[in-house]
Amino acid sequence: MSSLQFDIAHLLAGSLVLASFMLLYQDRLYALLNVYALHATVLALSVAWQAYIQAAPHLYVTALIALVFKAIIIPVALHRIIRRLGIHREIENVIGVGLTMMAGIGLVALSMVVMLRVTPGADALAREDLAFALSVVLLGLLIMVTRRNAVSQVVGFMSLENGLVLAATGAKGMPLVVEISVAFSVLIAFIVIGIFLFRIRERFDSVDVQALDRFRGERR
Amino acid sequence: MTIDALGAILLIPAVSAALLAILPGYLLTAKLNVVAALATFLTSLSLFVIEPTSGQYLLLDDLNKVFIVLTTFVGFTTSVFSASYIHHEIETGRLTPAFLRFYHAMYQTLMFAMNLALVANNIGLMWVAVEVATLTTVLMVGIYRTHEALEAAWKYFILGSVGIALALFGTILVYMAARPAVGEGLDGMVWTVLVRHAAAFDPALLNVAFVFLLLGYGTKVGLAPLHAWLPDAHAEGPTPISAVLSGLLLNVALYALLRFKMMLAVNAAAIAPGPLMVTMGLISVIFAALMLYRRRDIKRMFAYSSIEHMGIIVFAFGMGGSLANFAGLLHMTMHSLTKSAIFFAVGHIAQVKGTQKIADIGGLTVTNPVLGWGLMLGVMAIVGLPPLGIFMSEFLVVSSTFTRAPWLTAILVLGIIIALGGLFLRVGVVMFGAPKGKSAPAEASYVPMFTHLALVAMAGIYLPPVLVTGFTNVAKLLG
Repeated sequence: MSSLQFDIAHLLAGSLVLASFMLLYQDRLYALLNVYALHATVLALSVAWQAYIQAAPHLYVTALIALVFKAIIIPVALHRIIRRLGIHREIENVIGVGLTMMAGIGLVALSMVVMLRVTPGADALAREDLAFALSVVLLGLLIMVTRRNAVSQVVGFMSLENGLVLAATGAKGMPLVVEISVAFSVLIAFIVIGIFLFRIRERFDSVDVQALDRFRGERR
Repeated sequence: MTIDALGAILLIPAVSAALLAILPGYLLTAKLNVVAALATFLTSLSLFVIEPTSGQYLLLDDLNKVFIVLTTFVGFTTSVFSASYIHHEIETGRLTPAFLRFYHAMYQTLMFAMNLALVANNIGLMWVAVEVATLTTVLMVGIYRTHEALEAAWKYFILGSVGIALALFGTILVYMAARPAVGEGLDGMVWTVLVRHAAAFDPALLNVAFVFLLLGYGTKVGLAPLHAWLPDAHAEGPTPISAVLSGLLLNVALYALLRFKMMLAVNAAAIAPGPLMVTMGLISVIFAALMLYRRRDIKRMFAYSSIEHMGIIVFAFGMGGSLANFAGLLHMTMHSLTKSAIFFAVGHIAQVKGTQKIADIGGLTVTNPVLGWGLMLGVMAIVGLPPLGIFMSEFLVVSSTFTRAPWLTAILVLGIIIALGGLFLRVGVVMFGAPKGKSAPAEASYVPMFTHLALVAMAGIYLPPVLVTGFTNVAKLLG
């Protein structure tokens, strides 16, 4: 494998971590979804590149799923849900942005240290890939715990899942990658439908004025 | 290709799930559900007579045979209970026939997914099966469509998905660790191949993989810091699902963990998984025991009791050694039987009284004596009173640990005693307090409940030699 091929793979995986950081500091829902679409696009490019350098044509399917389903259909569907249900456009953070970013940097450092230390035997490409993938997974978890809003928690989960797909494609010759990405897509479709049902329910409940008052009382 | 018994225990639920999704009429579908579950159970019994050969995808050994028979048996008895339970739900209008068709199809899909997870010889396939099982139970937990049920389903869904995601990362790491020794492609995920070569794997990578697998599958087992989904899911879903969740699905996740533990045991340089499991097990026991005291919902209370018992089981397997493993297996079997019997009783009680609140239920031994005493017997079994089966297995766990780690034993026993106090305190009021709530006679299916309790009572006094040799073999296998 030439060093250019390695560098491109490295660049794409690194961009995915960067996109995760961008998710971490968004405070508007629409912007969050746009960045997530970017996240999924970078994943699709990264998987396609892996398919090319590993000469593994089945990975193109995974890349295509990532591009069509995760970068286009899901963000568009979530956009529509948010608009139609009039969910709060702003995201409430549990802790401040600065602190969240610091924690994110700490997690990336942690995953680098852990993965690079335990994989001296593996080839360089897979090593870097796993380290980046673990960073994306941990950042996804961080997004999930620092956000109160259900939609942004789901975006956190979806970015976490992108990290897993990155890890699976980086592990050369791993079987079932396409199947696993399909399984995850089904999972995510369920989540989106779930938000839809859940939110409708919540809206019906909050028609009750007293419930609305109680809601405000809890928040303020 | 001929279909052997291993294929059949997957095929029967899969085909009947498809059938149940199409067929109308809940009386028919409830019966068909029972028939399908019985057929699967009988097929699983045939595994003792003719052993099918294991292949690259499916596997049968002494370990999963125990789990398969237990799963299909409880799956069958729960389907019998479910038929009468559902009948009542239709009459009171909590569920509509359209939902029931969906419910029965999901029940068989869940049985299919659990059987697949148990017989899969491929760690990727096992992962997919656990994910399918999670999804079907999420859908069933939310089936009542109340605010609480949807919230419980949502919480279960998010936490379960995160757990499943972490388990996948661990699975990928196992593949990475195996690749230098096994080579690329399918072999790197076939469990029997992995175990054969595990001694040559990179221990550091294997260690990290196990941590992810423990956290991931541990979420599904319901171990303490990761248990948050469990009480809600058990309390809000239909009771047959609570019984299957507690009695079976937690076991399936545990089974996945045990497979990976066996792999780690082959590699001398890898960390011992024991201490990690012992710690998580003990935390679960103590935590759940303390939480039992303040429960107001009767199903939620027994959900916490499930966390406690999974803690004991994980503790026993974490201690390892043939006696502790034997005790762990026995405890798992006894817990499945007892806990599902308890949920059968609780389900009918909640239907008769029209509530799950402990404060609104009272004097059961007077108003509904058979159900009341059935539940009482179940609770006596679950807290570990002699001479019932759980006493025996808990005694084995405690005594096998005592010489090796007396302090750990002390903590464990403390947890068990606190849980005993908590359960009796609550159940005492429900049983012998002033009669409260409606006292209509229950149209209950007593047979499944008392079958389970009879088995548990018998196991406390006499274990059949076949069972003992079977469990001993598995205990040796687990190391």
